[in-house]
Amino acid sequence: MLQQVLALIVKELLAVLRDAKSRMVLIGPPLVQLLVFGYGATFDLTHVKMAIYDQDPGAASRDLVARFAGSPSFQVVADLHSAQPIDALIDSRQVALVLVIDRRFTRDLLTHRPAPVQVIVDGRNSNTALLIEGYANAILTDFSLAWSAAHGDPPPPALLDLRARFNPTLNSHWFIVPGIVALLTQVVTLLVVGLSVAREREAGTFDQLLVTPLRQVDILLGKGLPGVLIGLLEASVSIGAAVWWFSVPLRGSLPALYFGLTLFVIAVTGIGLMISSLAVTQQQALLGAFLFMVPSIILSGFATPIANMPFWMQTLTLINPLRYFLVIVRGVFLQGAGLSMLAQQFWPMAVIGLISLAAAGWLFRKRVA
Amino acid sequence: MSGGFGRLRGLLRKETLQIWRDPSALAIAFVLPTVLLLMFGYGVSLDARNVRLALVVQHPDAATAGFTAGFAQSPFFRPRRFATIQDAEAAMSADEVQGIVWLQSDFGRLVEAGGAAPIGVIVNGVDANDARLIEGYVQQVWSSWLGAQAALAGTKPPMPLSVQPQVRFNPAVSSRNYLVPGLIAMIMTLTGALLTALVIAREWERGTMEAVMVTPVTVRELLLAKLLPYFALGMGGMAGSVAIAVFLFGVPLVGSLWVLTATSALFLLAALGMGLLISSFARNQFVAGQIAIITTFLPAFILSGFVFDINSMPQAVQFITHIVAARYFVAIQQSVFLAGDVWSVILPNAAALALMAVVFLGLARAIARKRLD
Repeated sequence: MLQQVLALIVKELLAVLRDAKSRMVLIGPPLVQLLVFGYGATFDLTHVKMAIYDQDPGAASRDLVARFAGSPSFQVVADLHSAQPIDALIDSRQVALVLVIDRRFTRDLLTHRPAPVQVIVDGRNSNTALLIEGYANAILTDFSLAWSAAHGDPPPPALLDLRARFNPTLNSHWFIVPGIVALLTQVVTLLVVGLSVAREREAGTFDQLLVTPLRQVDILLGKGLPGVLIGLLEASVSIGAAVWWFSVPLRGSLPALYFGLTLFVIAVTGIGLMISSLAVTQQQALLGAFLFMVPSIILSGFATPIANMPFWMQTLTLINPLRYFLVIVRGVFLQGAGLSMLAQQFWPMAVIGLISLAAAGWLFRKRVA
Repeated sequence: MSGGFGRLRGLLRKETLQIWRDPSALAIAFVLPTVLLLMFGYGVSLDARNVRLALVVQHPDAATAGFTAGFAQSPFFRPRRFATIQDAEAAMSADEVQGIVWLQSDFGRLVEAGGAAPIGVIVNGVDANDARLIEGYVQQVWSSWLGAQAALAGTKPPMPLSVQPQVRFNPAVSSRNYLVPGLIAMIMTLTGALLTALVIAREWERGTMEAVMVTPVTVRELLLAKLLPYFALGMGGMAGSVAIAVFLFGVPLVGSLWVLTATSALFLLAALGMGLLISSFARNQFVAGQIAIITTFLPAFILSGFVFDINSMPQAVQFITHIVAARYFVAIQQSVFLAGDVWSVILPNAAALALMAVVFLGLARAIARKRLD
C-alpha cells in the first residue's frame, strides 16, 4: 500500500514539475517576487519630496530650512517665493509636504512669542501623511529644543526618551520580509494543490483514481504531500534569503519555526485540497483559490494590524492560518521566540489542518455520488 | 463585412451563454468584488486606535497624575497600570501591551526642580509602522501636557514654535478613505484577470479551438468575442464597488463620475488583456491558473502604491512598478475620489493604462494568431 501511495506522490510531483511552464511558474516568479517585494515593501519614508516657502528674512528660519534640507527623510525640490504654486504642487503629487515659514518667524522667536510654522501634507495616502507629519514634528521639536537651549531658556519640565524593543531602528523591512516569507509559502503551496483535484475531475481521471484500491487517506496523502514538500522547500529558500540576503536577524529557535511552518503548510494544503475538490471546473477552483488567498493575506496582519480591525472581523481572522504563522515567523525572527512561547499559535493551525483535510477527503467521494 | 459581424454576434452569444451557465464567471464579476470590498473596507485599517499601553509610575504624585491623565483622555490609548517595569516588559513580550510609558521615582521632583525629567517610552518595534504611529501619539500627549503645564505656571510655552498642521484631501487622516479607492483597483485587477485567464486555455484544452480554427472566424473576432462580454461584466462589478465605497463606506467622491468610468474602462481593458495574454500563452487551464495566481494579486497588492508608498522604494523596484497596471489605476482612483479631477495626475496615468491595454491585447492576438497558423 505504501508503495502505491508513493507512486501517487511521485506522479503528482511529476504532473506539476514535468510541464516546463508549470515548473517555470513555481520556481521563477516566487524567487523574483521575494527579492522585488523584499526591497519594495517598506513603510519607511526616505527622500519625501517637499517644498519650502520661507517668507522670513531672519537667520532662525535659515537654520530650520537647513535642518529639513539635511534630513535623509526629506528632499527639498522647490524653493517657493509665493504661496500661489502650493496647491498645484500638492495636487499633482510633485511634493507631499510644504513647509510655510511666516515672515514674523525670527522676530517672534526673539521676542518670545510663538513663532508660526505651517505644515501642509498630502493626505491622499493617510499613512504616509501621518508619518510625514511625525518626521516633520521631530525636526521641529529638535529645532525648538536647540533654540531654547541656545538662548538660555529653561528646559521643558520633562523630555521623552523614545526606544523601540526588538527593532531599535524601526526598520520596517524587518517586519515585512518575514511576512513575505509567509505569504509566498502560502501562494506556492496553493499553486501546487489548489487546482490539482479540479483538473483531474475535469479530465475525468479522478474517477479512475477513485476506483483503484487506494483508500481516501492514500489519495489525500498522494495529493497533499507534494504541496507540503514544495511549500517547505520554497519556505526554506525564502528563510535563507531573509537571513543572508536581507540580513533580518533570526533570534529565536529554528525548530519552533519549522514546527510552525510544517503545521502552516499542512493547513494551507488542506484548504487548497478542499477548494479543489469542491470545484467542478478549474475555473471554479481558481475562483475558490482567490476567494481564500486574497482575504487571508489582507486580513492576516501582514501589512495592516489585526488590532485595528473591528471586533467581529478580528474574530473572523481566527480561522486564517496565515495569521498564526505570521506571529510565529515574526516572533522567531525578531523576538527570539521558542516553542513554549508559541504554543497558542500552533494548535489552531493543527485544528484547521485536520478539519480541512478531513473535509477534502470526504468531498472526494461526495462529489462522485 | 456583414458576414464578419454575423460571426461576431454568434460568438458573442455563445460566450454569453457560457457565462450564464457556469455561475463562476458571474460570481467572479459580482460576488468576488462585493465580498472582498466589504471585508477589506471594514478590516483594513492603518489607524492605530485603542493602543494597549502600559503605564509604570514608580512614585505617584501630582506631577505624574497630571501627565498620565493625558493618556486616559486620549482616544488613541487604552492605558493599563503596571507596578514595575519588569512586569510591563513581560507583558510587552507576550504582546499584551504595544508600548510602555515609564515615569521613574524622581519624575515629580525633577519636574518641580529644574525640568528635563526623563519619560521612558518603549514601543514594540516588531511592527515598525505601528510603532512609529504610537510614538507620534505619545508625542502629542506629551506636547499638550507641556502646554498645559506652562499655562498652569503662567510661564511662556516651552516650545517656541506654533506648528499649524494641515492635511489636504483627507483632513481626518482616515486610512479607510485612501485604502478603499486602492482596494477597488486591486479587486478589479483580480476580477479582470480571473475572468479571462482561463477562457482561451479552456478552448485549447477541450479541443474546441481546433474546431473554431476550421471556421472562417478571424483571431480578432475570436478575441473580441472573448473580451466584450467580460468587459461588460467587469464594468458591472466596478459600478457595484464604487457604489459600496461611496454609499456604505462614505468615501467622498470629489472628482467626476465620467472620469472614473472612462479610466475604469481603460484599466479593465488592460486587466482583461492581461488575462487573455496569460490564457493564450499557457494553453492549458492549470498553468494559466497558476500564472494568474502568481502574477496578479501580490504584485498589485505590494507594488501598486496601495499600501506601500512607491516613492520610498529603491529606484530599481520603482522601475518595475511601471509594469503593474494597478499602479496607474490606484493613483487615478485616490486622486479622483479624494482630490478631484486633477488632470496632471489623471492624463499620464490614463495614457499608461491605454498603452498597457494595447500591448496586452496586441500580444494576446499575436500569440493566438501564431498558434492558429
